[in-house]
Amino acid sequence: MSQIPAELKYTKSHEWIRLEADGSLTIGITDHAQEALGDLVFVETPEAGQSFGSGDAAAVVESVKAASDVYAPVAGDVIGGNEVLADAPETLNDDPYGEGWIFKLKPADAGELDGLMGADGYADFLKSEQ
Amino acid sequence: MSEALIFELSSPGRRAAAQAPVEAAAPTAIPAEFLRQDIPGLPEVSEMQVVRHYTRLSQKNFSIDTHFYPLGSCTMKYNPRACNTLAMLPEFLARHPLATQDHSQGYLACMYDLQEILKSVTGMKGVSLTPMAGAQGEFAGVAMIRAYHLSRGDTERTEILVPDAAHGTNPATAIQCGCTVREIPTDKNGDVDLEALEAALGPKTAGIMLTNPSTLGVFERKIEIIAKKVHEAGGLLYYDGANLNAILGKVRPGDMGFDVIHMNLHKTFSTPHGGGGPGSGAVGVSERLRPFMPIPVVGKDGDQYRWLDENDLPQSIGRLSAFMGNAGVLLRAYVYALMLGPDGMTRVAEFATLNANYLMARLKDKGFDLAFDGRRATHEFIVTLKKQKQELEFTATDMAKRLLDYGYHAPTIYFPLLVPECLLIEPTESEDQATLDAFVEAMVAIWDEAKADIDKVKGAPYTQPVRRLDDVRAARQLDLRWTG
Repeated sequence: MSQIPAELKYTKSHEWIRLEADGSLTIGITDHAQEALGDLVFVETPEAGQSFGSGDAAAVVESVKAASDVYAPVAGDVIGGNEVLADAPETLNDDPYGEGWIFKLKPADAGELDGLMGADGYADFLKSEQ
Repeated sequence: MSEALIFELSSPGRRAAAQAPVEAAAPTAIPAEFLRQDIPGLPEVSEMQVVRHYTRLSQKNFSIDTHFYPLGSCTMKYNPRACNTLAMLPEFLARHPLATQDHSQGYLACMYDLQEILKSVTGMKGVSLTPMAGAQGEFAGVAMIRAYHLSRGDTERTEILVPDAAHGTNPATAIQCGCTVREIPTDKNGDVDLEALEAALGPKTAGIMLTNPSTLGVFERKIEIIAKKVHEAGGLLYYDGANLNAILGKVRPGDMGFDVIHMNLHKTFSTPHGGGGPGSGAVGVSERLRPFMPIPVVGKDGDQYRWLDENDLPQSIGRLSAFMGNAGVLLRAYVYALMLGPDGMTRVAEFATLNANYLMARLKDKGFDLAFDGRRATHEFIVTLKKQKQELEFTATDMAKRLLDYGYHAPTIYFPLLVPECLLIEPTESEDQATLDAFVEAMVAIWDEAKADIDKVKGAPYTQPVRRLDDVRAARQLDLRWTG
């Protein structure tokens, strides 16, 4: 069973979102997503200053099996991408909720976060996908 | 045994006299600064070393000439020798592409006939043979859709709808043509989600790109409704011809309402493909896209054939290559079409579909799970090893690698992306029942092996020139060049 930390928010496209103390968001893909993709060989992260609407493709993760977009869960401006992933994409497989984060976003409207799933909601969603 | 690179066989001063130039080339008009000063790093080997090296490599070839090749979405079918022989008649081979039209009437007549045959079998109103490969055919198709809207002053139509089951080339093509892509989901039966389609249609819709039968190996049953809705919204329909083999002579894209279609003549019409050899992505168009066809096209005035160019088609999207496509591929397609005739083309679709459904039914009978159980397969179908992965850690990769030991080319794996642990299997019309039965037995035997000893399957292949490759490391640490 894949890990679903209780303190995070989730999307149906398998991103996780952590609200930091300064109001910024850290975004990655879930343990379930990295496992489904398999060993990652390439991660393209967005650059600071880029703006995204909710649901826009913001990053790309590529494994030997598949390439997949990572979507901005809410609208906002990019603060930065995780530069570690450029040379060590396996970091995302090893630690999807920690060192393997993908990008940080300054949300345009923090209220948008309320529309995302909690850990229980995401766990139920994964079950319904089985 | 792995074969050394020819560079590794090199030893200083060794040469093959038969291949050596008789004398040094005469000085040329190339300016001195562009002339090479150092000696090119070519391998120094004897004639016999070259012969043995390349003969051994050729013996490692895995091909349709030696083995069953059920590579889904690729139509690895048998290509009759006659097509190749006739395309290589010296009169064709020696014809210079700049030969005058009155010295090219034979070749032009063949190409004109091929255009007419393709129009007839697809139900389109015009055909241009000039795109050099499938991807260029797609590019031509979407470029024509763009040109059509722009010619009407309809500048806002820049959005191309693409089902999520589409070939990856479709969204890439749309972007290349300056459009944006909007993805349309597939419903659980493998059809386009009509509600999502309706919600996406609007004044920005340039068109939709569809593969029918789809990459899920099923026929899009609501195609007429989709065509009506897209046309009502002002968009056009693009047909990706990747799976044309399944419907050849049975259903015509023109009758389904498509405005533009590309055909992979290199796979559906008898040129071996895979490996980046020359291709042909001929395009067919509806009446309203005829003015925009890429040039040249072959026309006929009385009993004389001639190239149609900018003067004949001033709204054309232009030229895609120096001359007109890959002549050899087009000639093979022409010979193949003549050998089959209309009835033969129908039999291609019938036997491709029969073989796929037979293989699918036999595998289901042996306990394999189908991705779309209950749907009739077209020319290909999808088996999912999701259950086997959960129970045994037995994956699609393991099955693919072990099949190599049994003498089969692996089917496509992990495509389409929508289906977990999938094998996309396409037997084609070329194979007989005994071959299909033997393939089923191999799949069953491998599953049994996985139950008894999963490590044995995970270690496959055992009989190939190399063992299982570390594809993750290969992708992470690209090493593409021999450096000595």
